[in-house]
Amino acid sequence: MRLNVGLAQIYPKLGDLRVNLEKHLAYVEQAAQQQVDLLVFPELSLTGYQVQDLVPEVAIRPRGDDPVFAPLLHASKRMDIVFGFVHQDERERYYIADAYLSGGAVVHIHHKLYLPTYGMFDEGRFFDQGESVRAFDTRFGRVGLLICEDFWHVSPPYLLWLDGADILIFNSASPSRGLDAGDRLSGTRWVELVNQAYGSLFTNYIFHCNRVGYEDGKNFWGGSSVVDPNGELLLHGTYFDEKLLTCAVDLNQLHRTRSRLPLLRDERPDLVLRELTRIQGKDSQR
Amino acid sequence: MMRPDEPSAGQPNLAHRLEINTDIARKMLTGFIKDEIEKIGMKRAIIGLSGGIDSALSAYLAAEALGAENLLAVRMPYRTSSPDSLLDADRIIESLGLPSLTVPITDMADPLINQFPAMSSVRKGNIMARLRMTILYDQSVPWGGLVMGTSNKTEILLGYSTIYGDSGVALQPIGDLYKTQVRQLSAALDIPESVRQKPPSADLWEGQTDEGELGYTYADVDQVLYLLVDERYTVEEVIDEGFAGDFVRGVWRRVKANHYKRTMPNIAKLSRRTIGHDFLFLRDWVG
Repeated sequence: MRLNVGLAQIYPKLGDLRVNLEKHLAYVEQAAQQQVDLLVFPELSLTGYQVQDLVPEVAIRPRGDDPVFAPLLHASKRMDIVFGFVHQDERERYYIADAYLSGGAVVHIHHKLYLPTYGMFDEGRFFDQGESVRAFDTRFGRVGLLICEDFWHVSPPYLLWLDGADILIFNSASPSRGLDAGDRLSGTRWVELVNQAYGSLFTNYIFHCNRVGYEDGKNFWGGSSVVDPNGELLLHGTYFDEKLLTCAVDLNQLHRTRSRLPLLRDERPDLVLRELTRIQGKDSQR
Repeated sequence: MMRPDEPSAGQPNLAHRLEINTDIARKMLTGFIKDEIEKIGMKRAIIGLSGGIDSALSAYLAAEALGAENLLAVRMPYRTSSPDSLLDADRIIESLGLPSLTVPITDMADPLINQFPAMSSVRKGNIMARLRMTILYDQSVPWGGLVMGTSNKTEILLGYSTIYGDSGVALQPIGDLYKTQVRQLSAALDIPESVRQKPPSADLWEGQTDEGELGYTYADVDQVLYLLVDERYTVEEVIDEGFAGDFVRGVWRRVKANHYKRTMPNIAKLSRRTIGHDFLFLRDWVG
């Protein structure tokens, strides 16, 4: 099975839902012309990243009657769409969220699990953290969705892998940092290394979309990429510039790689669970 | 001959750790300047050009980002300003093809200075820096552009600047580059040799040099600052790397003592929601 994935490496305008919605729809249009089947936008693509006290102003409820959400639902009849937004739940809590839309319906909503609140990051001040990590079925097979810091922790990708995800979709608003003499920023090298590691260790596909642009002197480096089940970079996106990147992916590579390297077959979740339980002190006898 | 970015004899040499990829720096900084200015619906900037390396580099980056025709270079000499600096400023204006303006400040500064015969050089220097800020902000209105800052990371950390003078600007493109990194990027941008090689000076009085006034070289202090700030070394860990204890402690004291220059004045909190405390929006929050 083949899948034409599009990574919409955009520069969202801080706090402007209307402008960002238009940009999303324009990218859908552009992606349709390139026969994209699945289009991925970055973290908080509808709102910009450091929304701070704008949170209540830009939050949406992902329902058909929401004026910002509805056009995206409609657009998902043309191709599957993943985008980032601020989710306001029924009890008025706010989450950094991703929606996976397909055929005019919501397939899955993911709430960011790990909210970086250190150094230049302040997400925990404004958002509630997600409480579940679940893989879900799509017309391209089973998929897992994670947002930025979520995949800086090894457990969410691991859980999704065990939950059946063969494709891991990551999106982020990763600020550029660590300028040294190297050919890339040290922050960029780190993320690329991690993505390749997940592809290799899980024999999975990794689709990563990172935003570009500037917010208060912070730059976002883009560099969106696709890693195949052999850990190779199928697509190594341009840095810093806004762009629609596309990549034709052959999902049959999954069975070929896993025949050669049966890491998934040989994985021992029962062992992990037993030892985790022991480590957590609930079963100190073993 | 010793290169200006080479540490003094007897100091550890970590210069390689301060090396930067100048292509990436150039891309990110020209992008920043263009973005910061266009975001608020403008396309122009104005810069005070002293003839020194910091303002030269800032001008080169801004000209590349905005187009030379959109950067107004203003020379604001005082009667004691070095003629060589003026010539260097001319060289930069000419090589970039910048629109320019010269506004001498002697006739503005002296009436104030003369009222206080015992005035120190530092006070005089501060008056000059604040007059230049006033001129740039005034000229920015008819020009229709933002005031570009030219401060580097070394001087911002050391507080080697005049509050509301050279620090009174709308954006600081090179504020995350140490002086030695400013030299690297300037070389990559082919900034004239005479600008790059002369001893750095605030040129506030005759014969003044930064390194003479600070008491150490940029090459040395940049290494110490890099370890303390970028790499989060403790003072003791930096001394263990081989730097003199008095030097390191003195630098860190200076960074701390000047922190007020890097922050907005504190607002006394009374209400439930107070500017500077819990009224949280980015500066880039624009309509």
